[in-house]
Amino acid sequence: MKLHSVRLPHFNNSADKSTVEIALPEKVVISMSQHGGVPCTPLVQIGDKVKTGQLIGSCDAVISAPVHSSVTGTVCDITEIINIMGKRNKAVVVQTSEEQALHEDIAPPVVNNREDFINAVKNSGSVGLGGAGFPTYVKLNYDRKLSYADTLLINAAECEPYITSDYRAIIEQADELINGIKLIKKYLEIETAYIGIEADKPKAIEKLTEMCAKEQGIYVKKLPSAYPQGAEKVLIYNTTGRVLKEGELPISVHCLVMNCSSVIFISEYIKTGIPLIKRRLTLDGNIVNKPVNVIVPVGIQLSELLKYVDVRKQPDRVIFGGPMMGSSVYDPEMPILKTNNAVLFFEGTAAGREPTPCIRCGRCVRACSMNLMPTELESAYDAGDIEQLKKLKVNLCMNCGACSYVCPAKRNLSEKNQLAKILLRNGG
Amino acid sequence: MNNYLIEPAPHIKSKITTQKIMLHVIISLMPAVIASTVIYGLRALLMIVVCSAVCVLSELIFEKITKRPRTINDLSAIVTGILLAFNLPPTLPFYMAIIGSVIAIIFVKNFFGGIGQNFANPAITARIILMLSFTSYMTTWVKPFYYTMSADAVSTATPLVSEEAPDLLNMLFVKSGCIGECCTVALLLGGLYLIAMRIINPLTPVVYIGTFALLTLATGGDVPMQVLSGGLILGAFFMATDYATTPITTGGKVIFAAGCGILTFLIRNFGTMPEGVSYSILIMNILTPFIDKLTVSHPFGAKKGGAGK
Repeated sequence: MKLHSVRLPHFNNSADKSTVEIALPEKVVISMSQHGGVPCTPLVQIGDKVKTGQLIGSCDAVISAPVHSSVTGTVCDITEIINIMGKRNKAVVVQTSEEQALHEDIAPPVVNNREDFINAVKNSGSVGLGGAGFPTYVKLNYDRKLSYADTLLINAAECEPYITSDYRAIIEQADELINGIKLIKKYLEIETAYIGIEADKPKAIEKLTEMCAKEQGIYVKKLPSAYPQGAEKVLIYNTTGRVLKEGELPISVHCLVMNCSSVIFISEYIKTGIPLIKRRLTLDGNIVNKPVNVIVPVGIQLSELLKYVDVRKQPDRVIFGGPMMGSSVYDPEMPILKTNNAVLFFEGTAAGREPTPCIRCGRCVRACSMNLMPTELESAYDAGDIEQLKKLKVNLCMNCGACSYVCPAKRNLSEKNQLAKILLRNGG
Repeated sequence: MNNYLIEPAPHIKSKITTQKIMLHVIISLMPAVIASTVIYGLRALLMIVVCSAVCVLSELIFEKITKRPRTINDLSAIVTGILLAFNLPPTLPFYMAIIGSVIAIIFVKNFFGGIGQNFANPAITARIILMLSFTSYMTTWVKPFYYTMSADAVSTATPLVSEEAPDLLNMLFVKSGCIGECCTVALLLGGLYLIAMRIINPLTPVVYIGTFALLTLATGGDVPMQVLSGGLILGAFFMATDYATTPITTGGKVIFAAGCGILTFLIRNFGTMPEGVSYSILIMNILTPFIDKLTVSHPFGAKKGGAGK
């Protein structure tokens, strides 16, 4: 069986340019909620001096990751922000000082066994850097009584248009990627690793294939250049042929799926002990003159990025993440999170026109990699038919946006699916 | 403070629109329009123009009266107009064609909710109503190039009702019948264009014509002659592939097309009418909601009765 997919334009304009580390901004706004799950509690107070890499937020909940300061400076405010999900959470604002120094506690972690390794990953503040932001240690610390992992899948598909931050990471830090894979394989006793990468990145495929030839049990898996190859279920199926059932996690089919940039970070962390305080971002969009990848401190604000990026005019729309699954940002002061892989600047609206009636062309049905029927789901949602929404499995929609993308009537099908899921959660 | 626009993902959209799809269909019908003008003269072209104009006008007036949003820009009324004209004999009085166009757009399409909502193909239903109302006019055929001939040489029978069969080459390039059916090659050209532009699923015409051909072969019929006669090619490529009135999944389309093939075969061989394409498609149109129910796609990794959380 071949899963449905759609062909998207690539717009990978920033692919051939080396990543640039941009100057530290005057202040950073570090959100205590860097991912889904429970937000952290600030460990610092206004007026405190903090150093780069210092722990400033933590939480006892399982699905959480600690937060560290990305700069050296003074805590000038602990404020409440409205995050990208529309929820309120605390943020620590740090005024950057002239002199930057690493916190004195930072040292490479001592790792001798599985527990040490998972613990180190936990302390690093690592979350999935592909966008979903699931805390990495939770993924690694799966219940060994219930299942086992025999396959490590490295998600290097990078299937969304515009984004090239994973690609640049592979090109610039291939050694770290291979080293990270070896570490995870060693400490979690996983025999086989596949690096899943889309066919439109021949340079990365060539480089990694060459390097993997010298390694035991690491293979490059070329994926078709069709969206959404990077979706977890699609990646698992297209690399291993295993079907992730409704409600299951990848470990149910003995797979661990990790984004390539996350693995690169883990490799670096084990070497240096510097926690997750920086990340690589693609800056692009239809008004950007020189698309480029940059390394920024976590907490840098959108307004600072706008000062840096070379745009033709002021943007009408700004997207955090890719154009298919990313979120519109309304606030120019919105800070960058660990999970952001791109900031895109656009003029005009994407919709361009009002939705017109569905003509039942079936393009959405043929676009859905989960084999759902978006147009039927839309009718069911509009009719408030909860039973039908359940029957048609709207819960399996992963919000990839392919249905809305292909719709000739420009209907917001994937948005309706999201609303339907909320309807089921609240009333179903 | 300068805030940015908020929109739901995805933030890019494909360039395809309903209007462009309809434009592709109109382009695909052009070879047959040209062929019919050459074969049946300017009257055929005028018939196509009249039907299209009346269809657009009917839709415009209906939406004005019912205060519905104007949809004539989507060009679907023009498609209906051309297809209806294609299903009429070249000599049909214009007022009958006008009645047919009004029926197609107002009664069959817009009374049921307009574009995408109608359950029956407007052009086919209008043709059937005209056939029942004005049977003799709707079954009066003229010879190709009749406009160049003397008056007594004009009328003819379609191959399906005539005694002697014309040769295959004529069936491909010039045959008598409805306006749109006169040049099979022109229709095939348009059909291939729609397949190449990914507007229609090739399975529909292939299964429709294939099922019909197999049944004809199995019962010892003349396959090429039967396939090329009447409105089969027109119906299989342009009517059985209509989005609104046919199943949405690929599996559903195959069932639909096979049903059309079987019905066409049955009507042509056992019915009292010489031609069965319009009736077959209309019957399958009516069955489409049931086929859709039977062929709901199985979601990837879905568990039976799994809770939709």
